[in-house]
Amino acid sequence: MARQINVALIGNPNTGKTSVFNRLTGLNQKVGNYPGITVEKKQGVCKLDRGLKGHILDLPGTYSLNASSLDENVVIELLLNKNDKDFPDVAVVVSEVENLKRNLLLFTQIKDLGIPTILAVNMADRMKRKAISLDVEALEAKLETKIVLVSSRKNTGFDALKNAITNYGHLSTKPCVNASVIAPEYFDRLRKAFPKQELYKLWLVITQDVNFGKLDRNELKGVASFQTESKSNLKRLQQKETILRYQFINGVLKETLTIDTENAKDLRSRLDRVLTHKVWGYLIFFGILMLIFQAIFDWSSYPMDFIDSSFASLSEWTKNTMPPGDFTNLIAEGIIPGLGGIVIFIPQIAFLFLFISILEESGYMSRVVFLMDRIMRRFGLSGKSVVPLISGTACAIPAIMATRNIENWKERLITILVTPFTTCSARLPVYLIIIALVIPEGRVLGIFSYQGLTLMLLYLLGFGTAILSAYLLDRILKIKSKTFFVVEMPNYKLPMPKNVIITVIEKTKSFVLGAGKIILAISIILWVLASYGPGTFNEAETIVRQESASLNLSEEEIDTRIASYKLEHSYIGITGKFIEPAVQPLGYDWKIGIAIVSSFAAREVFVGTLATIYSVGSEEEETIKNRMAAEVNPILGTPLFNFASGVSLLLFYAFAMQCMSTLAIVRRETNSWKWPMWQLFAMTVIAYVVALGAYQILK
Amino acid sequence: MRTIATLKKGERAIIKEFSVDVVPLKLLEMGCLPGNEVALVQTAPFQDPLYLNINGSYLAIRKETAAQIEIEIIL
Repeated sequence: MARQINVALIGNPNTGKTSVFNRLTGLNQKVGNYPGITVEKKQGVCKLDRGLKGHILDLPGTYSLNASSLDENVVIELLLNKNDKDFPDVAVVVSEVENLKRNLLLFTQIKDLGIPTILAVNMADRMKRKAISLDVEALEAKLETKIVLVSSRKNTGFDALKNAITNYGHLSTKPCVNASVIAPEYFDRLRKAFPKQELYKLWLVITQDVNFGKLDRNELKGVASFQTESKSNLKRLQQKETILRYQFINGVLKETLTIDTENAKDLRSRLDRVLTHKVWGYLIFFGILMLIFQAIFDWSSYPMDFIDSSFASLSEWTKNTMPPGDFTNLIAEGIIPGLGGIVIFIPQIAFLFLFISILEESGYMSRVVFLMDRIMRRFGLSGKSVVPLISGTACAIPAIMATRNIENWKERLITILVTPFTTCSARLPVYLIIIALVIPEGRVLGIFSYQGLTLMLLYLLGFGTAILSAYLLDRILKIKSKTFFVVEMPNYKLPMPKNVIITVIEKTKSFVLGAGKIILAISIILWVLASYGPGTFNEAETIVRQESASLNLSEEEIDTRIASYKLEHSYIGITGKFIEPAVQPLGYDWKIGIAIVSSFAAREVFVGTLATIYSVGSEEEETIKNRMAAEVNPILGTPLFNFASGVSLLLFYAFAMQCMSTLAIVRRETNSWKWPMWQLFAMTVIAYVVALGAYQILK
Repeated sequence: MRTIATLKKGERAIIKEFSVDVVPLKLLEMGCLPGNEVALVQTAPFQDPLYLNINGSYLAIRKETAAQIEIEIIL
């Protein structure tokens, strides 16, 4: 059997760490979560040598081992816990040739932990163009390690890197910097108290509250007494350590690295002049947003229509092919329409992640942050809130996780609270189907379709509400926190197709699987509730036949009547009738009421629920849209989905917090139930009131 | 007294000693250290934040943070 070694990829953000990971592992990777937290865990396998495999872990990007966020903390927890099953046999610090100085800070910290550490200098293909020369051998001698020049773009240097990993046993584990000189007396006391522990490791444990594995914790009993050193004193020492490390790095690079700065006036400054320009900058950003929306609304509608009709045919086919009975019905009426409700999302989600990952990879996203910060601050947000708000158009869950790099707690909390107002892709199916039903076809000035404009308005409404409520929250919330904001402005890069494709596939997959489970479960429950009922449900046929005996109906009409009688007297019908008074003033019937209640789990369930409810007992192949169009308001006798009720529904979904997963993620990220509950309450009230107002005015 | 907030395009400056409590550690880690060189690359519309080149690293910080960091102009 092949021997396996653990390899950890560590590096600053924007060094191309993930492309190195992709080069090493190809598609042999899987993305999951670290237990208990929502930080993404990417791991893969790489064949190193005969009988030797590398288990590669791509750790979150960090500038140092002094964690200030959940993502960064993952790196430290792993490196300090020798008992972790992923504890690296060898660490590969990925750095970038143009920011070597800054990248080396992290390198020296890791090497000082006594872990064999290889330095991979990425983007080596740029050296010539940028007039950078690096004396690799001299630097290797000074850092006492192996240095490998790689280029993930040109796919060079990876054999050498694999070689270096294979031979990690020969690497020196001597520290680069003796950190104890920053406070000799203090470190002396530490050494005496814990003679068995590595000193630098102790220091990191003291300066950040890391969760240790059990064994280590026992050994380190009493470490708390060393935290008595005042917090600001510890902070001062951390600063001293950073300065000390930079002194070392500056000394080392002085003799080994030369950069001809004259050549530096290049693509960066030329592009920046346009992309962050006070007029062009905003216009270009706006143009890109328009392009993204165009892709989501327009381009993805073709595959979506295809998916919709395919699932309708599949359901029909199943019904005709399999032996009739409850099981067939469950599949054809419960599971297949339910699954269709998830699969239909794929085109839109893929487009969104495609754009977001291109914007991130190219380095443009940082410019947007820079450009928008001043404006966003007026609303109590940060420039960094732009990324969550844009990602929110795909899904609030990754968007809320993306708020982690906002340094200021108040700005971060406000971003978390308002992000669910942005129009996520789960609202889209609801919007699209209702718009198709109630907004007339036709074009303004022969260009913009009414339906497209409505959708656009709904997106603007989402953003507008998010911004407005941020402004209000900024006034209401009394939270003191230090304002502080720093964003790296990376070099512009042409996005690598391979990275983009892998991101799109991974994100789409995890979204579909995550939402899929919920939707599938709900579809099955709904089908059961709609197919069985108490009391008169079982005598439906007799009752209906008696009632319509004098009406002289065809067999087909009687069947329809039986089906609708059954639905009304099923468990779901009874529940629906019970809540009907609450939704009637909004212009809905009990079926929509059920769809709203069940879509509390996730908005997209709305369409799936209606699909399931309408399919139960129906014989012909029909798309969901046609079924909905045929529904009649039981009181007024007019089509149920008319302009007033449609607008009311659109507004309800624009504002309501109809997503359990978002609530769960807000709970995790704010570490309390207070904020998600508050959010749920406020959003539901707003949604109900606005929908009620709209229907009463328009009807 | 000059701070990074008063830096003009084309000027080069050295960061002076600063008090520990006003400059976040993260900024230090990104190269904003006493003795290092700083230059203004560009200001955002509305003159804030500032896009800087500090010690060869490109980063943007807000004016209020920049106003806490004293500098000495060298060119």
